Amino acid sequence: MPTDKTSPKLNRRKFLATAAIAGAAGSVPPTTAVLAATATPALPEQRFPSALPPNAQVAAAETGTPQAPAAPAENGPPGSDFMVDVIKTLDIKYLPANPASSYRGIHESLINYGKNTMPEFLTCMHEESSVAMCHGYFKATGKPLMTLVHGVVGLQHATMAIYNAWCDRVPVLVLGGNDLDAAHRLPGVPTFHSAQDINAIVRDYTKWDDNPVSLQHFAESFVRMYKIATTPPYGPVMMSLDGGLQTEPARDFGQPLYIPKFFAAAPPQGDLAAVKEAARLLANAEHPVIVVDRAARTQNGVDLLIELAELLQAPVVDQGNRMNFPNTHYLNRPINVIPQADVIIGMELSDYWGTVNGFIDNGNNGYGQITTKIKPGTKLISISSVDLLTKSNYQDFQQFQSIDISMPGDAEATLPSLIEAVKSAIGNDHKDAMTKRGDGIRQAHAKGLEATKQAAAIAWDAAPISTARLLMETYAQIKDENWSLVSTSGNTSNWANRLWPMEKHYQWLGASGGYGVGYGAPGSIGAALGNRDLGRFSVSIQSDGDLMYAPGVLWTAARHKIPLLAVMHNNRGYHQEVMHIQRMSNFRNRVANIGNDLAPIGTSIMNPDIQYHDLAKSMGWWAKGPITDPADLGPAIKEAVAVVKTGQPALVNVVTQPR
Amino acid sequence: MRFLGIRPALIAFAALAASFAAINPAAAADAAKGKIAFTQHGCWQCHGFIGQGSVVTSNGRVIARTQLPLDGFKSFVRTTDAAMPPFRAAVLSDDELDDIYAYLQSLPAPKAVSDIPLLNNARSQ
Repeated sequence: MPTDKTSPKLNRRKFLATAAIAGAAGSVPPTTAVLAATATPALPEQRFPSALPPNAQVAAAETGTPQAPAAPAENGPPGSDFMVDVIKTLDIKYLPANPASSYRGIHESLINYGKNTMPEFLTCMHEESSVAMCHGYFKATGKPLMTLVHGVVGLQHATMAIYNAWCDRVPVLVLGGNDLDAAHRLPGVPTFHSAQDINAIVRDYTKWDDNPVSLQHFAESFVRMYKIATTPPYGPVMMSLDGGLQTEPARDFGQPLYIPKFFAAAPPQGDLAAVKEAARLLANAEHPVIVVDRAARTQNGVDLLIELAELLQAPVVDQGNRMNFPNTHYLNRPINVIPQADVIIGMELSDYWGTVNGFIDNGNNGYGQITTKIKPGTKLISISSVDLLTKSNYQDFQQFQSIDISMPGDAEATLPSLIEAVKSAIGNDHKDAMTKRGDGIRQAHAKGLEATKQAAAIAWDAAPISTARLLMETYAQIKDENWSLVSTSGNTSNWANRLWPMEKHYQWLGASGGYGVGYGAPGSIGAALGNRDLGRFSVSIQSDGDLMYAPGVLWTAARHKIPLLAVMHNNRGYHQEVMHIQRMSNFRNRVANIGNDLAPIGTSIMNPDIQYHDLAKSMGWWAKGPITDPADLGPAIKEAVAVVKTGQPALVNVVTQPR
Repeated sequence: MRFLGIRPALIAFAALAASFAAINPAAAADAAKGKIAFTQHGCWQCHGFIGQGSVVTSNGRVIARTQLPLDGFKSFVRTTDAAMPPFRAAVLSDDELDDIYAYLQSLPAPKAVSDIPLLNNARSQ
């Protein structure tokens, strides 16, 4: 961060800003004048370089009373005020963030000049929490949020959550404070927290990034990043926010600053000729199967999928990264319908290969068994917007699968034309067969529900408490609310999706995307924030390991009065790893060393057992536990629901079976 | 030596298993030992503490009161090359396997769905 003592006549930042304005001025007409002319800053004093290590003054920059930057009132409004003007045009309601000196300029503008509304600053205790809150909020509301992170170290904290958002195709606007001007920023700690290109940290898993060098550049890039993030395929975007640009007086270099107007882009659709061919295959198939993962972005998407499925009388396999298709509908079927298929259409699948192939991890040499799940000659169709955006380094694109008809495009946007094409392609001679097919699926659906109930009954009275009972005791207390299951971290054998009736798109928000553990707590709280404003009741199944990555987010929920019912799936271990180490031990013909615990050394979370209810209470939550007797569970959750309905978060710590 | 590291919780499991044994006297000692072996050797990890199974870790298979005969059960455990890793004799002795089988057979039958009112809410708004 430059000081008034050290600013040169024309530093690198100002040189770049001048060059950028000169290049843009002739081609972009101003639309909104937002800036008064500013005075020329005072001449700088000479600065002497030093090879000495950081001294007390330098350390004070991070640990002591901050020095005031140049008084902006004397020279015109600070640049960060204009940034706030830009941000306010985009209907961004909240800004969850952990405070940091590298963005102190815009922080001050947001809460004073911007009056802390649109966006409202929400205090977070970890950048991973901030990003995951944005992530969950979007899935509940369809509206993106922005976050601010500290240069270098704050962004490093945020990275896993950004990767989760990338894999889950969720827009998050990340702005990272940074100070490019190596000659004039504060030495020592602030320089440790600066980089040539902080965006490089996350470039492999963001859709776009930029590093504005002028305020006009910021205005264009902020609107651009919002548009890119919210055009399917959605994804996180990154902007480096220069410290000098925030704190220096705004100036327009003779061209009035303006804010470009945002217009949403139409989502990309599948090619019409390919849509017709896909419809022909589906309409003539004996056993068509629809597989969906992130196909429905809205309730309209859910309704369109129902229309398509009923038209074809085809089973729908919902892989569950969104609530795509009601589990109460008779055409909702499990993955075991895949082997009978002669035509499969996959929509926004995160792993098409894994949908039609099996992998058994049963080799101690790192190689498992691969088997195909489909019959020879089965035709495969895909609609996926992710085909429009694939990067190289991170392997979220999964194993390659050959597809007969591949349509890069947004599934929900393509569904209307696909439905019309299917209507045209269905011949009258097929209709009886389709009706008969539907009747068979209806019977299988009913049998499947009975079998699921029977499976849930096993271990119903067990202690530790079975995951089926955990879910159904919870549902019994919330079923009369306008509920939204915002997350189920850990793994509870998918009981919620198997037993709770899910018909609305917000009743299930999917998982983390990248399987980066630690999403559950902050993602749930972000979604609960959105649901609070929409009058919905939020509930999460919160695992133990997930909560402990950044439990400070519990305080954020209490501080900002975000109502959430968190029912814990406390199985006292990193259970996926429990099983991995057991398997490796068996493959190697060794007895797994469990030390003093129940599971292999390094995988248990016990001895001492964490008192999650006490942890939550210490941060302002109502909490109860540990619940070990299944008979105590329902009454505890009932109490918690009553608290949540007053607008507060509540947690019930339940000791559970492993899965 | 894993036996040196058994935490008190295992003792409690043994006591619980003994109560099952009281239901099925023929399996008395074996079921109690089987409960401990089932826990020590990690069977619970995928199958749950009372063999209820899971769709995500045991493909939905329930091994409580398994219908497999003892020989078939032991053969599967020793030689499986499916998702479940094999438990060979160096890891799990024949005696322990017999005890685990006895434990699984000693488990009580699950409640009928009709006797669990909460399950009547399943997939109904």
